[in-house]
Amino acid sequence: MINDLLAISDLDAAQIGRILDTADGLKDIALRPIKKVPVLRGRTVCNLFYEDSTRTRISFELAAKRLSADVINFSAKGSSVSKGESLKDTALTLQAMGVDAIVIRHSASGAPQQLTRWVDAKVLNAGDGWHQHPTQALLDLYTIRDRFGRLEGLRVAIIGDVFHSRVARSLVQGLTTMGAEVTLVGPPTLLPPGVDSWGVTVSHDVDEVLGEIDVCYLLRVQQERMDEQFFPSSREYARIWGIDRDRLARLPQGAIVMHPGPMNRGVEISADAADAPNSVIVEQVSNGIAVRMSCLYLMLGAEQRADGGFL
Amino acid sequence: MKQVLTAEELSRALKRMAHQILEHNKGSHELVLMGIRTRGIPLAHRLAAVIAEVEGEPVPTGGLDVTLYRDDYARTGPLPLGRTQLPASADGEVGLDGRTVVLVDDVLYTGRTIRAALDALMDYGRPRAVQLAVLVDRGHRELPIRADYVGKNLPTSAEEEVRVHITESDGIDEVLVGAGAAPAGGVGSSSP
Repeated sequence: MINDLLAISDLDAAQIGRILDTADGLKDIALRPIKKVPVLRGRTVCNLFYEDSTRTRISFELAAKRLSADVINFSAKGSSVSKGESLKDTALTLQAMGVDAIVIRHSASGAPQQLTRWVDAKVLNAGDGWHQHPTQALLDLYTIRDRFGRLEGLRVAIIGDVFHSRVARSLVQGLTTMGAEVTLVGPPTLLPPGVDSWGVTVSHDVDEVLGEIDVCYLLRVQQERMDEQFFPSSREYARIWGIDRDRLARLPQGAIVMHPGPMNRGVEISADAADAPNSVIVEQVSNGIAVRMSCLYLMLGAEQRADGGFL
Repeated sequence: MKQVLTAEELSRALKRMAHQILEHNKGSHELVLMGIRTRGIPLAHRLAAVIAEVEGEPVPTGGLDVTLYRDDYARTGPLPLGRTQLPASADGEVGLDGRTVVLVDDVLYTGRTIRAALDALMDYGRPRAVQLAVLVDRGHRELPIRADYVGKNLPTSAEEEVRVHITESDGIDEVLVGAGAAPAGGVGSSSP
């Protein structure tokens, strides 16, 4: 039984399937003249963001609002946190104010887990350090399943800085749980130690894997890592690891290109590739709202933590 | 459980309801049928088929999922969601604006499902009028809601269970009544 959404590894295939199926039922709300349903009326969701994020926060905010929940946005900048308040005291404050769910992003791995010890509210991890970003993985799984009608047996290449990527860590777990075949592609320095136990194939040559995949997933080059000697230069990165028009043409018929955003055009992905017909990057964004609605809908049904989990 | 409506009786009831709908609305002009998921949808299509036969032109028919509009989310927790399908004609999707919408469901009980359906409907458009057709009215209303077209009035006690079987989903057309565990104040239809 799961109360909180902390890591993809907490979910089995049936639970992931239920989240994706529920998202399917919620997706059409975005297409209606009135993009709102009353199901979470009277519930309060707090977005607690200790790291800058625009798209994830807005996506969660829209998801909660489309289900009629009330939303509080709490970002570290310009709040009591900048006055030195600890995570625990912030948590106890939110607990006292009676919020029903907390969406937390934090630079420290494990902060969401820690939060669950202090509050009755359901906790949703919106990215913690290098650890996990479960809703990103779920929206990626949804997008792939939406395109191919299945996940099992699909061949997915994840290209780039896997080492620093919570997106990659979560997505690999989700894909392997659902029976997809994953290949990680990147320079040895950017593949995490212990990758042998992930149940994936590793390659150091993009051109070697391109011809035999269904999904080409590009990780964002985190510019802040550029200074840390992990990368040569963005031009060199683009040449060795980036997807451009030539590499795009070598993908099999029907293969799709994905990116979690925000993109560095001209680095990990060229403008041609980003705007190509088989790029589903924009779909990922709209599916993200449906998947987050699904998580909120499934998690906020039971009144209290003691009443049991959502799956 | 006791059978209270045979396949033949059920079919006759639907035909009568279709004729009543036409009589009351003076034809099928501007008419739209919306079945409430799950068993209201095949029933709506049956009614539509009879109406089309009589009038010589198809009547737009769709399906409504009311799960997200129910008043018992906090009690039941999240239920599986279905898709709402707005009616379509040969020229594409038919809006609800200005139309007379006939909601179709299998069993009318507390009225709470219909309350949810009315709210859901209004989020999709502004019908000129909304009417209600149900195969079985079993009484025990908890809200001021009544049906315009009823297949069979079935006096029941709150302890009894009414079960509607439709060929499309259950392989047979029939209505059964028996001692069941359906609690008063539960869902409007006995379908799970």
